[in-house]
Amino acid sequence: MPVRQQILYLWLAEGALDTETIAWAFHDGTQGKGPPLPDTQPPYATGLAALEQGWCLIQSPAPYALHPGTEHEVSYLANEFVFEQRIDTND
Amino acid sequence: MPASDHRLTTHEMAQFVADGFLRFDALVPADINQRVIEELRLLEAKKINLIVGLPPGDDGPPQPASLTPLSQCYPQPSVLGTMLNLPQVQGIIVSLVGPDPLFDHDFVHRLPAGSEYQQHLHVDAVIDSPDPTFDIQLFYFPQDVAPDGGGTRFVPATHLRRTRAEGVGRYQHILGEQQYSGEAGTVMVFHHGLWHAGQPNPGDVDRWMYKVRLNPRVAQVGHWNMDDFDHMHNDASDHTFAQMRHDSVAQILRTLQPWQKGHEGRYEQMQRARLWRYLSGDATFDVDYYHTRIEQRGRLEGQH
Repeated sequence: MPVRQQILYLWLAEGALDTETIAWAFHDGTQGKGPPLPDTQPPYATGLAALEQGWCLIQSPAPYALHPGTEHEVSYLANEFVFEQRIDTND
Repeated sequence: MPASDHRLTTHEMAQFVADGFLRFDALVPADINQRVIEELRLLEAKKINLIVGLPPGDDGPPQPASLTPLSQCYPQPSVLGTMLNLPQVQGIIVSLVGPDPLFDHDFVHRLPAGSEYQQHLHVDAVIDSPDPTFDIQLFYFPQDVAPDGGGTRFVPATHLRRTRAEGVGRYQHILGEQQYSGEAGTVMVFHHGLWHAGQPNPGDVDRWMYKVRLNPRVAQVGHWNMDDFDHMHNDASDHTFAQMRHDSVAQILRTLQPWQKGHEGRYEQMQRARLWRYLSGDATFDVDYYHTRIEQRGRLEGQH
């Protein structure tokens, strides 16, 4: 049975999985054969809500050492959590 | 709206520092909007010729070179020059980058009707120096742009994030993002660091947009209309957790976007405060005491 990944990135407000979604991205390896996600609003309010709907967490951000002099800078969205679902596409 | 002398107010400057952009609906008169399209068409053709190594051609105004003072770009009878010299446009430019900035580059962004071209979010150019100086980019839309008409997408308040262009393309959607639509003659001015992206144009009208980047030649300190400065500019004691004002620059700078949640927002405030220190010339300015607390304590080290 061919299995394809759906990948969901959620960027959360803080480092805890139960904080609010502030940004997201969805990549569908099933070419539309898997369940869709809404495009114009966060698919899940928190990372925990995604777990509760069957998404599997495959990466979470770890705290990192800060470089002296750059402690107060802002850069990329820090709290990137990556989830997957494996979908049997029955091709 | 800008002040009566067309320069920005302190309130507007603070809004620019907070959000990284300002928007002025229908700022350019209809007469210019109608006539400029033909000139943009010529300019677009000339640009394409230059890119592919052909002579630019004699039609339309000469293409300015980088490092040319803006006052020498697009001389009369250029319609584009007329637009850039409008008092209400000059007021915005002078307020943010001082008098007669340098021309960096410009581009005619024509998005054909039915275009499916879609950009990832990006920052223009390369990652910038860490100092608070900045360029501006004017986005001029000479025609009405419908909500599905291919308006530029952008994320307010991303301008102070130090990122590389390709690094922010991974964010498909961010809370609070906007896609431009609006009346003919609308001008938006962006801080050069604001994240943005071109969008498809499923409508049936070509979308024209002229974008020009300008570099300051002088320190960007106090060039706006300062009539409301003394009233709005707060001292370092304006502090949410002690005594705060609701009518100050700090109040504008502590207002966060939907994506700026949690403790991360405090670092955004620090970066905004740093930019306002530069613009106002007040090295002691602060929002919610974050810089001041550290600086106060830092002075102790040299006292023993």
